Amino acid sequence: MGGEMKKKGHPTIVCRCNDVTLEDVERAIEEGCHDLECLRKVLRIGMGPCQGRTCIPIVARILARKLGKRVDELELPTVRAPILPVPVHLLLKSREGEQP
Amino acid sequence: MPPSDRRIWDHPILVFERGKKVRFFFEGVEVEAYEGESVAAALYAIGIDVFSYSAKLGRPRGPFCMIGKCSSCFMIVDGVPNTRTCVELVRDGMRVERQRGLAPIPSTTPPEGAEEEVLEADVLVIGGGPAGLSAALEAASYGLDVVLVDEHFRLGGQLVKQTHKFFGSKELFGGLRGFQIAEVMSEKLSKMSNVRVLLRSVAYGVFRGGWVGIASRNKLYRVRPRAVVVASGASEQYLAFPGNDLPGVMGAGGAQTLMNEFGVRPGEKALVVGSGNVGLIVSYQLLQAGVKVVAILEIMPSIGGWFVHAAKVRRYGVPIMTSHTISAAWGSERVEGATIVKVDERFNPIPGSERDVECDLILISVGLAPDARLLAQARAVMRWVPELGGPVPLRTIDLETSVPNMYVAGDASGIEEATSAMIEGRIAALSIVSKLAEGRRGVEAAEKAKKLVDFLWNEYRTSPLLSRARRGKEKATVSHEEMEKLRREFPPAASFG
Repeated sequence: MGGEMKKKGHPTIVCRCNDVTLEDVERAIEEGCHDLECLRKVLRIGMGPCQGRTCIPIVARILARKLGKRVDELELPTVRAPILPVPVHLLLKSREGEQP
Repeated sequence: MPPSDRRIWDHPILVFERGKKVRFFFEGVEVEAYEGESVAAALYAIGIDVFSYSAKLGRPRGPFCMIGKCSSCFMIVDGVPNTRTCVELVRDGMRVERQRGLAPIPSTTPPEGAEEEVLEADVLVIGGGPAGLSAALEAASYGLDVVLVDEHFRLGGQLVKQTHKFFGSKELFGGLRGFQIAEVMSEKLSKMSNVRVLLRSVAYGVFRGGWVGIASRNKLYRVRPRAVVVASGASEQYLAFPGNDLPGVMGAGGAQTLMNEFGVRPGEKALVVGSGNVGLIVSYQLLQAGVKVVAILEIMPSIGGWFVHAAKVRRYGVPIMTSHTISAAWGSERVEGATIVKVDERFNPIPGSERDVECDLILISVGLAPDARLLAQARAVMRWVPELGGPVPLRTIDLETSVPNMYVAGDASGIEEATSAMIEGRIAALSIVSKLAEGRRGVEAAEKAKKLVDFLWNEYRTSPLLSRARRGKEKATVSHEEMEKLRREFPPAASFG
């Protein structure tokens, strides 16, 4: 590959955890994914180790623009535990039937 | 082997006292660092730009946020993949390797095993920044048992990289620099026997019956506090443009961590995107650290930050280009330059106005987003408030959310600044004390909380510089009656008390 080509022409990354690009998001919206929850399920945005702290604000803005809405009109995606990555061997420590 | 040493040894206002030398292995080669450095800072200091190759596309990645929020500095440390090297201290003999694509899951459980402990606490404070530290100190001073959790290996939150002097009275730490405030508060806290601090630990969920799960390195804690203060801060916002993930594209705050906390130069020639206060201040700090600032770009037709900060960088000849933005970053294993473009009044790029600039560092300073996800997970009623940077929990004037006895303070309650965060932390704690402490002390706390609320809203926030945050916080604040209604309509997943 020519140096200049490799230097320029990079993708626009929206989610660094799962390598989701701007194109991926726009395509999914055009294909009918019209809320953040759907985009999350289809593209895995917000489901990587940073849990959406990088991508959700960007994706929300793209979605709002595409739908002709304001960002604060969008329905917020749900947040589930664990809200941050936890090593499985730690969770296994917690005895069955007890909370958490 | 290290091509360079990016450590700063001479700085106009900061002195970097480096600890004893530590030797560890990077990709099998022995390298040197100093005690107290994070793995990420130590590697960056010796010229390592690429920390990993990304999961699907195999793209080179370097550190971005430097405070344990994103996923860009993941490496394999002592065989454990997905280790956030920015919040991992260097240790003698540790083995650090680049992660290439999705790392294989380790086939053995860590030899240290795992322990479990049930903690007793009146108040659980999540986050050890200005809001969390203030809340913990205030609650503990009334004799309540406090557990303070922070994901970093040291307390202070983002105060540790704030090198400017704070305004205000002595009670508000006026005249001290941010990192000095962190030192004063941490020191005070360490002397209190009724405070337990859990570092490198995350509160990962709120569960039925008011249990909160906390995961530390090899230990799982469970705690059922009588009240919680969520002071989990904010993350830096990201920006979409081609090449935005190249090593050398970094959050402005990430660069501040490198140069102000660890004394490591983040690059040689910087392009700063965003002329809010963070962008302006980071530019000035870059100059202090000996980094050339090519330009500050601002997509709006006027500068976002305060005049005093803009004047400071302009005096050094740094151009602030309004109605301009970045349209691409380029380079192979690190940023080598960027294309900038002029925009029209609707922020659309004007064709033909593109221009290439050479730089090895692109700092993104386009604002912060509050991180109140633990509250969202506990099903607190959330609302997206643009003035506050994103979704925040609705709260009463004393900062209690719709999850009974779960409070919010600091940037997690909406982006503002450190002094407001400290006041909010104290208000939340005092409101808790007023409910939990017996007799006279409870009344005293309630009076003190009322005074602080009055000061915050009727004095501090009347500054025109805080008008946007004030507007946002007004939108997010509801009356006690409205809150009761919200609780009936949207029952929370748990409650405390």
